[in-house]
Amino acid sequence: MNFFDTLVSRQDMIQTAFLEHIYLSFIAVAIGIAIALPTGILIARYRRFAEPIIAVTAIFQTIPSLALFGFLVPLLGIGSPTALIALIIYALLPILRNTYTGITGVDGSVIEAGRGMGMTRTQILRQIELPLALPFIMAGIRTATVLTVGIATLATFVGAGGLGDIIYRGLQSYNNSLVLAGALPVALLAIGFDLILKWIEKRTTPKGLKL
Amino acid sequence: MIRFEGVTKQFPDGTEALKKVSLTFPSHQLTAIIGPSGCGKTTLMKMVNKLEKPTQGEIYIDEKPITDLEEVELRRKIGYVIQRIGLFPHMTIKENASLVPKLLGWPKEKIASRIQELMELTGLDPDTYLERYPLELSGGQQQRVGVVRALAGDPNIILMDEPFSALDPISREQLQDELRNLQQTIQKTIVFVTHDMDEALKIADTIIVMRKGQVEQVGSPAEILGNPANDFVRNFIGVERIQRQRPFGDKNLSEFVSLFKEDGPDDIQEVSGTISVKEAFEVLEKSGQSHLAIRVGHNRRVYASERELLKAALLKEEGELV
Repeated sequence: MNFFDTLVSRQDMIQTAFLEHIYLSFIAVAIGIAIALPTGILIARYRRFAEPIIAVTAIFQTIPSLALFGFLVPLLGIGSPTALIALIIYALLPILRNTYTGITGVDGSVIEAGRGMGMTRTQILRQIELPLALPFIMAGIRTATVLTVGIATLATFVGAGGLGDIIYRGLQSYNNSLVLAGALPVALLAIGFDLILKWIEKRTTPKGLKL
Repeated sequence: MIRFEGVTKQFPDGTEALKKVSLTFPSHQLTAIIGPSGCGKTTLMKMVNKLEKPTQGEIYIDEKPITDLEEVELRRKIGYVIQRIGLFPHMTIKENASLVPKLLGWPKEKIASRIQELMELTGLDPDTYLERYPLELSGGQQQRVGVVRALAGDPNIILMDEPFSALDPISREQLQDELRNLQQTIQKTIVFVTHDMDEALKIADTIIVMRKGQVEQVGSPAEILGNPANDFVRNFIGVERIQRQRPFGDKNLSEFVSLFKEDGPDDIQEVSGTISVKEAFEVLEKSGQSHLAIRVGHNRRVYASERELLKAALLKEEGELV
């Protein structure tokens, strides 16, 4: 069957899968940010905890994604929560590490100047460290997003839907057009998210640093 | 006035950065702390705004012990200029400069006029620079902004940690001169850390020479040069610099006319331009006045204070300023 015919005839299915995919990726990244950003700020302040915590997230990252989905099923059953948890785990490392590196990479003399001028720790964090670390943090979120969009195709194995459903179905029925109809939107989604976030990253880079 | 009383600083690893230091920094004067690296000069300075805390002893500002003062409040009342400039790269010059007044809660108009005034005082055109970012400025300009930022909250005390050492020699000289002139106007109590003897001699009212956490000598530039307290101070000033002083006994005042001022008070002691610089120092000291009138030629008089005489004394044989 022709690729375009497939697109037309399976339009509803592809659309649902596409939305599920966006939903999974978006929620996972959002929760990933909500966890990793504050943790990154905390470990930048209490640096002795930084190494172990980053190491833990790095170990998660080394677990093959298919295996991680497999591990979680006996614990959490099937369905979107399981898929989300797996995706969140993968989103953590890039955001956490970039937040940490971004904040610790802020020039020490700038921090010292702030302290010497009588800024409180919170003022230093909000007015100096975070704005200067923002490009790094955004880059971490970008990496996490692209990664998550890719891995979310595996959500189909825990019954959480997404574009993986289409690809898997296509593979099982030796229908290459169907595989493509699932894979292409994934790629477009990843590229689209990446471009949007790149634009945001550029917007958030402090003007004085773009010189 | 800032007074240190028996201040000791021991770091957790056991090294003693300061050993029972007692000192005073007189008000409205520029005091330079000088010494080789690791002598504790920066630690000493940072204790004034509580960036470092003494393990023993107490520091008083206008006779109030600073342990009782809240550190954030204290720091907002003390100007701080650091070596690597430390301007916030993501903020405009205006935002950088108005940070402390903002923290102090000044009204907007007051901040704006204060910044305007200080920019002009330090030779930066406000219209050109206020909206720029630090990276668009040269090192010398950035450090001028550093000085503006330190002065913005109108502090009585300003701490300067080797502020000009990262600059090229020309900007450095220029900023030293400007600081000297600025100080004449603003009359702040300035604590200036440096490792550069020429800089200290040039700008300081009082010099504190330190070594290994202890004070070796305190005195005016002339005293330190003329009367080094011990071998360490002598070596630190440099044999060369002391040697340069030697011709000073033989040279006539009239050779340095260009260094002296054309105007001065009337009723002061007059000397002939043919006496040596050294004799002139003695006459000035005896007269108890701030200036000396020097007769050169038939009806020309020039005027010199201790500072100008010192400049003359430091002049190299080739006629170049030290």
